[in-house]
Amino acid sequence: MSDKEKLSTIIDPDELKKEIMAKYPGKVQKKRSKGFVVNDPKDESLEIQANVRTIPGIITQRGCTYAGCKGVILGPTRDVVNIVHGPIGCSFYAWLTRRNQTRPLTEEDENFMTYAFSTDMQDSNIVFGGEAKLKKAIKEAYEMFKPHSIAIFSTCPVGLIGDDVHAVAREMKAELGINIFGFSCEGYRGVSQSAGHHIANNKIFSNVVGINDEKVVDSKFRMNMMGEYNIGGDAFLLEDYFKEMGIELVASFSGNSTIESYEYAHKVDLNVVMCHRSINYIAEMMEKKYGIPWFKVNFIGAHASAKSLIKIAEYYGDDEMIKKTKELVDREMKRVEEVIAEVRPKLEGKTAMMFVGGSRAHHYQELFAEVGMETVAAGYEFAHRDDYEGRRVIPNIKIDADTRNIEDLTVEKLDEQFRPDLQERKAKLEKSEFAFENYDGMMPEMRKGALVIDDISHHESEELIAKVKPDIFCAGIKEKYVIQKHGIPLKQLHSYDYGGPYAGFQGAINFYREIERMLTTNVWKMVDAPWKEEPEIVGSVVTEYC
Amino acid sequence: MKSPHKTYTATRNACKLCAPLGASMAYKGIQGCVPIIHGSQGCATYVRRYMISHFREPVDIASSNFSEESTIFGGGPNLKMALTNVGNQYKPHHIGISTTCLSETIGDDVPQIIQEFRKEQPDLSHVGLAHAATPSYCGSHIDGFHHAIVAVIKNLSDKTLKNDKIVLLPGMLSPADYRYLKDVFDFMGQDVILLPDLSESLDNPHWHDYKRIPDGGTTPQELFEIGGSKGFIQFGDVFNRGASANTVSKRKIETPGSVLSDKYQLKGKTVGMPIGINATDRFFEAVLEMSGKQMPERYEKERGRLVDAYTDGHKYVFEKRAVVYGEEDFVIGLTEFLSEIGVEPVLIATGGKSNVFESIIKEKLQTGHQPKIMTGADFEEISEQCKDVNPDFIIGHSKGYYISKQLNVPLIRVGFPIHDRIGGQRVKHIGYEGTHELFDRIVNALLEYKQSNNAIGYKYL
Repeated sequence: MSDKEKLSTIIDPDELKKEIMAKYPGKVQKKRSKGFVVNDPKDESLEIQANVRTIPGIITQRGCTYAGCKGVILGPTRDVVNIVHGPIGCSFYAWLTRRNQTRPLTEEDENFMTYAFSTDMQDSNIVFGGEAKLKKAIKEAYEMFKPHSIAIFSTCPVGLIGDDVHAVAREMKAELGINIFGFSCEGYRGVSQSAGHHIANNKIFSNVVGINDEKVVDSKFRMNMMGEYNIGGDAFLLEDYFKEMGIELVASFSGNSTIESYEYAHKVDLNVVMCHRSINYIAEMMEKKYGIPWFKVNFIGAHASAKSLIKIAEYYGDDEMIKKTKELVDREMKRVEEVIAEVRPKLEGKTAMMFVGGSRAHHYQELFAEVGMETVAAGYEFAHRDDYEGRRVIPNIKIDADTRNIEDLTVEKLDEQFRPDLQERKAKLEKSEFAFENYDGMMPEMRKGALVIDDISHHESEELIAKVKPDIFCAGIKEKYVIQKHGIPLKQLHSYDYGGPYAGFQGAINFYREIERMLTTNVWKMVDAPWKEEPEIVGSVVTEYC
Repeated sequence: MKSPHKTYTATRNACKLCAPLGASMAYKGIQGCVPIIHGSQGCATYVRRYMISHFREPVDIASSNFSEESTIFGGGPNLKMALTNVGNQYKPHHIGISTTCLSETIGDDVPQIIQEFRKEQPDLSHVGLAHAATPSYCGSHIDGFHHAIVAVIKNLSDKTLKNDKIVLLPGMLSPADYRYLKDVFDFMGQDVILLPDLSESLDNPHWHDYKRIPDGGTTPQELFEIGGSKGFIQFGDVFNRGASANTVSKRKIETPGSVLSDKYQLKGKTVGMPIGINATDRFFEAVLEMSGKQMPERYEKERGRLVDAYTDGHKYVFEKRAVVYGEEDFVIGLTEFLSEIGVEPVLIATGGKSNVFESIIKEKLQTGHQPKIMTGADFEEISEQCKDVNPDFIIGHSKGYYISKQLNVPLIRVGFPIHDRIGGQRVKHIGYEGTHELFDRIVNALLEYKQSNNAIGYKYL
């Protein structure tokens, strides 16, 4: 059967859903059905359940609030000493595990990313409180490094024993004279790491952004990039493009970043947002407070990168920049097209599934499409409904107890620093259908009949693999060996399997080549030993849930 | 000697992991056992990620997924739901529960929750439940590992089947080490119960059809034979001493050995981790004595080849200076081995905090060397001390890589975790064979270092 045929014979998606759901008993079935949707890009009434608690005992891909706050948002920032307040595990597990890269400007520049500080709470700290130990740890970190700033992350027991990390931060800040701030990011607080993103966004916005108003950013075109975490060096490629266009990248939230740059990050003319899920909060708050417009960009996929760069140039409206950008895009796309022409015949018609993150499962579809591959099923780990259905649904999202748990900052316009000029520019551009504050989500861009699954369970991915047999599956390290034991190659989209960068044009080329290698390797052909005529028949596991 | 160094309140780049990780690893060595971590879902996710990145195998660990509400009203309903779901979904023989700092801090009474679960879910009465209290603020991953074994003995073992088997408690070693131990008993003609048995469950072949619960592990039958066995042999000089070795916790610390003695009146022997010729000799002596069997020729030869290798290679390692770090019992084993081959262990560090570590190390050193010995150490302290001790190589798990990079000396990756190389699950450490591999690796790392830091580039050494 050719790949083309295979694609057309993929089981009726509604039937497949029914079959997979049938194995769940009533209550679980009802809940999981809402998070398991057969897509129709034209159907605006199609709703997916997202950002709801995983059922205990069902193995999930999700991490915790602390992971989202410390690991994702603050992890890639180099001039802050991150002190994890709690027993040892949490700090150890978040020690340099996300492959974020950073590039200090000089050898002397601060870089604390390689350290994992912890108060390593013991029995007695749980009983008598850990604030004194935390204060000591902060003083030590200060004495050792005189760092630009110190951040404190609360782990599960901290909230329970009543340690007030914010009071400690305020006290130490007054005493030591550097910026010190704490996060109430206890692991149990939210549905997933997404809660931690929000908590991190809030604190950075309220305690860091805008505190340095003296800094002069001397450039005609100033911009922040948001939701780019520089995994495998993605951000470095993008930084080069911006430089070539004549744009001064003031701050990046948070790949290759510094807290220092966040302090004057309000001195820009534009915020562009890559990962909408993890960072949209800061972009929105900055617009309210300072009048800085934002729009969504995507640098995963060559065509998406080209479109995003040109949109940025058009926003600034500078002829010279537009010219330079078009030259850049033409030059790079030529290289990209050459590789596509070579790789595409080998990959055309093959299928991919991806279950990862809060924006990656959407954007990597573009890379696959560029080499003729189709994404037949996709879903996020920690996204909300707007990441699937688009921001238009935000007003309708039900606010549950977990969401209420996270403070929603009230942000007011700051008259003396507000930029009415930018708001005027925005209004003018909007008239010519230039979209701001936009994200249409994943579902409108997937084909009819594709499966969209939130917080996929083991059972569901096993069934999908057995029934649909995708050529490649994209997820993270936790899923990698499960999928590979099924005989399907897995590409890690969190850490890139030590590969990358995959952003921008060179990144796209790297990705096509990687997929070509993965799908043409001989490894899988050796699974069956030559002396075995018939594969062993092993009984299948009966699956029931409660 | 233990040198005075500045002490820090904060732990900077820890040299230990948390207890639920060790417990989950031990549970993975029980056949048909699915671990549940009773706490936030992040705990299970992080522990899975750390084990998966080392073993490069599927590692399913469930969570009771605490919410804010559970922290107020208790985690009972969540744990019961997790038990039910895992019970129905995986059809396990057993479920191994480990608690976290969260569930322990709020004071969840897990035995009580289990009782309720038994009443509410009679359909799952065949599923054995083991429960270990493993808050991360007490001890480290190695404590968790042993606590889980204690829980398995207490909750899942029995003495219904009289037998002539020997129970072997190897501790936290690689699947390759476990396979070696299995072979030793096989060739000797002595039946053994490995507790746990990590030989397969964390290092599976490629499967034709996916298995929810990997093969391997101590079998339910073996668990029933434990109490009726001939006796037990356990590895490790520190943990097996129980509370007497612990400086931190005042809690009563049971060890697998003490529970086997109390519950089944089994007689046991404690030997150090069998790394190096001397330690392996003691292990074989213990097995021979308990089994009454003869030493198989195979191992006579293996030993002979190892001695031969020492004579060939000792000149390359003699008086080389080494830094060694990791779990106490493992580090003691490595130190004895290094000392035996003429390497001078100049800095011996562990993240654990026992009061016997230093004295045991001193007993094991064969030469008059006076190494720096650090307990409760973190990597930054190790790194600071490294500047004075000027090592030729470092030996320990992969998280110490940055120190070897700073010092530009080789790192010999052993133990857990090894996240920056493949094959961590297949690293052999113990017995004559494992020692042999370790010895070759050390000699070759030093030769390679010499070769690549030499302008001529010798091809003949």
